[in-house]
Amino acid sequence: MMKKLTPIIEWGTLLLTTGLVCFFLLAILWDLISKGSSSLSWAFISTSPSDGMTKGGILPAIIGTVLLTLITALIAAPFGICCAIYLNEYAEDSWLTRIIRASIRNLAGVPSIIYGLFGLALFVQGLQMGTSLLAAGLTLGLLSLPYIIITTEEALRRVPNSMRQAALAVGATQFESIRDVVLPSAIPGMLTGLVLTLSRAAGETAPILFTGVAFYINKPAGYLNQEFMALPYHLYMLSTQHQAIEQVRPLAYGTALVLIIVVFFLNLSAFYIRYQHSKHE
Amino acid sequence: MKLAIREKTDQAAKLLFRMTGLMVIAILAGIFFMLLWNTVAFFLKIKPWDFITGTQWNPSGTPANYGMLPLLVSTSLVTLGAMCIAIPLGIGTASFLSDYAGRKLKSVLKPAIEMLASVPSVAIGFLDIVVLGPGIASITGQSNGLNALNGAVLLAIMSLPTIITVTQDALEGVPNAYKEASYSVGANRWQTLIQVTIPAAAPGILAAVMLGVGRAIGETMTVLMATGNASAFPKGFFHSVRTMTATIAIEMGEVPYQTTHYYALFAIAAVLFLMTLLVNIVGEYFVNKYRKYQAA
Repeated sequence: MMKKLTPIIEWGTLLLTTGLVCFFLLAILWDLISKGSSSLSWAFISTSPSDGMTKGGILPAIIGTVLLTLITALIAAPFGICCAIYLNEYAEDSWLTRIIRASIRNLAGVPSIIYGLFGLALFVQGLQMGTSLLAAGLTLGLLSLPYIIITTEEALRRVPNSMRQAALAVGATQFESIRDVVLPSAIPGMLTGLVLTLSRAAGETAPILFTGVAFYINKPAGYLNQEFMALPYHLYMLSTQHQAIEQVRPLAYGTALVLIIVVFFLNLSAFYIRYQHSKHE
Repeated sequence: MKLAIREKTDQAAKLLFRMTGLMVIAILAGIFFMLLWNTVAFFLKIKPWDFITGTQWNPSGTPANYGMLPLLVSTSLVTLGAMCIAIPLGIGTASFLSDYAGRKLKSVLKPAIEMLASVPSVAIGFLDIVVLGPGIASITGQSNGLNALNGAVLLAIMSLPTIITVTQDALEGVPNAYKEASYSVGANRWQTLIQVTIPAAAPGILAAVMLGVGRAIGETMTVLMATGNASAFPKGFFHSVRTMTATIAIEMGEVPYQTTHYYALFAIAAVLFLMTLLVNIVGEYFVNKYRKYQAA
């Protein structure tokens, strides 16, 4: 009897754990889609909030999130790519390189709220930017930097050495070989990493809490030196801080669904780039 | 283009790339010194010992109390709870993926788990407030389900993808010869997994757990939304707690610049920074250990 039962228990344990993990994901998606889809309409994503946030749409929050993500990309991508090039193409195995690598790994582990404090102390107060789109974008840029360096370096490492040697052999300088040979063939991998990092940054709330996000701005246009609205913070406020919490629940569901769609869309495009690339190989 | 110019460009590029590498060290150092500077300013007013061991956090009272022990215990409690849930689930799922699941099933499950990792923490916190919180409340008979247990469940969900991915890498890194040797003496798949593969992958699994712990300690939005944020000393899993990250998030928006309270929040952040740094260093130690083991 026991002999027959044991394999079932063994299989059952593993299936149960895997099933629970899948259940979490499905429950999240199911709840958001079933309750959020009724709030979703063209008017919801194309108008500003009104009547003390109890009516209207989330256009300023969408614009804010898009602009914020763009600034993050503009700051983190060039910086991160240059650093990855240094580490993979130039750096020898010295104590300095080891410190740089250790710094990157530790930066990746620094809690996001500490980036928020750093942004507050450096950009908002130190450099006198005030709470603004630029200060928040710079903060998120720093937060994204280690992930971009790590993924870019991985993409560079996959470029075979023979390609570098071929370029050097026909007389290219090292910079030319990187620019014309190494980078072009590493681009799909770099893009995948960049898009995944940005999808993460788009959903972050803690780092922008004190660096520039605002509850309600009635002008949808964003200027770099002004406060802005963002989808994650809007969702946080609607679900915890609003006076009429029950009344704004449908709006909160709608906002959550839009946020998830933005993040999943970015993820899917990363998978697509990776898939396209793997077909060529 | 002339050779001289090309060589100059090459030199300039090399310099630029090296500069960005050095900037990374500067950023980490910048974060460290920003925390240190403000923490020192705080410790000029409040004794470090009172800060670490004080059992009352009440910065707006008269007299103000800056004891961070309740916050530290809250963070540890929620993290411990999260790991009790996430470690067995994570190792089980990773074992299933690496040893049992077929290629097709794997190609569906892997992206699904990556999707779970990409759900923003604020969305998980929101679903908690509307679904899980009321659920826990009706089971425990409390007015709302915002307590340590609730936060632990959410943190477990959020650290699962990290734990699963790293554990799976470690399990798949165990040399096939080990498994084949186990099968050849008549062990079945389960016995091989429990007695050979998992022990052999132990350093990698420990690294995965450490990464999960680091993630759980530093997570802000979910604990802020789910644990109730009562600043009293935590009494257990069914009581409301207030973690270090949540305290910073709640109070930093309201404190005046450069007051004792302002510095106190940086001091909490410094403790948080050291905790995650320590956890990451331990995790990295185990990662290196298992890499060495694999190379051998």
